[in-house]
Amino acid sequence: MNTLRSLEWLRPVLFLLALLVAWQLAVFLHPHQLMPGPWKTAHGIADLFPHGLIARYVVASVFRVTWGFFLAVLVAIPLGLVIGWCQRFELAVNPILQILRPISPLAWIPIAILWFGVGDMAAIFLIFIGCFLPLLLAVIDAVRAVPAVYINAGRNFGLKPVALMRRVLYPAIVPRLMTGLRITLGIAWLVVVAAEMIAVNSGLGFLIVDARNAGNRYDLVVAGMVIIGVVGLLLDYGVRSLERTSSLRWGFEEKR
Amino acid sequence: MIRASADSFTGDAMPRASAAGKLRVENLGVAFQREGATLPVLDDVNLSVRDGEFVCLLGPSGCGKSTLLNAMAGFLQPTSGQVLVDGEVVRGPDPRRIFVFQERGVFPWLTVAGNIGFGLGKLSREERAKRVQHYVQMVGLQGFEKSYPHELSGGMKQRVEVARALAVNPDVLFLDEPFGALDSITRMVMRSELLRIWEAERKTILFVTHDIDEAVQLADRVVVISARPGRIQQIVDVDLQHPRDISSPRYLKLRDGILSQIGLAHRI
Repeated sequence: MNTLRSLEWLRPVLFLLALLVAWQLAVFLHPHQLMPGPWKTAHGIADLFPHGLIARYVVASVFRVTWGFFLAVLVAIPLGLVIGWCQRFELAVNPILQILRPISPLAWIPIAILWFGVGDMAAIFLIFIGCFLPLLLAVIDAVRAVPAVYINAGRNFGLKPVALMRRVLYPAIVPRLMTGLRITLGIAWLVVVAAEMIAVNSGLGFLIVDARNAGNRYDLVVAGMVIIGVVGLLLDYGVRSLERTSSLRWGFEEKR
Repeated sequence: MIRASADSFTGDAMPRASAAGKLRVENLGVAFQREGATLPVLDDVNLSVRDGEFVCLLGPSGCGKSTLLNAMAGFLQPTSGQVLVDGEVVRGPDPRRIFVFQERGVFPWLTVAGNIGFGLGKLSREERAKRVQHYVQMVGLQGFEKSYPHELSGGMKQRVEVARALAVNPDVLFLDEPFGALDSITRMVMRSELLRIWEAERKTILFVTHDIDEAVQLADRVVVISARPGRIQQIVDVDLQHPRDISSPRYLKLRDGILSQIGLAHRI
């Protein structure tokens, strides 16, 4: 039993090693390609650390994501509660939501620069745009899935609409909201890299374009990609543990 | 014929008696619109319930008894007629009249104490804690105050809902098949618990069930409802003292009377 478990843990590690070997081998067979191998990439990461650049860039990216994400959360949750609750309101805003939805947040880059210039605000705005709609739609869906008995019980105890939203609707959607937040934070992390490639002069996205422009340092490009993956994974892990504690407390996991 | 039998029991024909009614249903009709067609669910229902009375609404599934209860509680606007409580027309739900759903109505994000205190927002902290503790004890959930609903059994969740309803001190309780999802032993226990609470608090109770035995064990009067559209078929006075002997000849006679009224033979 114990040996089997340790084997299971070993499997992804072995697979990763195999991939790294294949990558190194491919680079070795085509020496004139600019694409770095895993060894050179590791060197690239090591190169970035001493300057403190990497820490600065990670902080810059996380800062933008945090602001854009929290602004979106702050606006989307109350608005989603109202729209999901009031059917007439939903009918009014639904067409515009459906038109805005398929527009990639990256399409907003020129407008972001027009309004905010090159800088943090433009990137934060883009992340806000990227998070806001998916989160709003998630909240609206979650409100609609709230069982009518909870709402009826709340009304029965004399709750007026605002109190009903705060004391019944909002807590009732939290488990679904957690899933929405996790997906949205993932989107924010995708958007920040793209935004930083164009709209700012710092951050992990900027690192990637900068490394390419400043003499085709593809080792740094791939190093940047790896760091983006790792930080993204850590962010996801953070929200996941939040999700777990809340669903454990409410026992929603059991019911699924 | 139907009107006549209903009136003879409720005394609706005499204004004096109806004025004394806690809750009155007058010529109530409910119809739903389905795919352009009008589907009558309740037709010309008349009923008068006294203060502190325990009334069971009995009928087969789909007969409209839940719809009737929802209309009485103000969750549903009747198509015709009206419901009056203390002479006032019901226009919506009200904390003076609490609806107890099956245990589904318990809020999963609140503890037992949080659920029971849900309707007590206007009280001071100490006052609320005292009231919560009183009703925790009444329904026998001591030691579970900090538990979340998912940690409780179905019967315990049902107790939480009853306690939450009683805590706001309502005049009327509406119970919609409250014990329907419980196993038969728990159901028996919950029935005697409910009777004990009712005898202590003397709320007016309207209790929907499709279980004839349950109705005859609990109610002062059993309102038998026929299906499609729902009409009051008969109102049966259950003239038995609590605690009721469920093998006494009178109990069996009342039960069998309702069985044949519904059109069921006494054999399976």
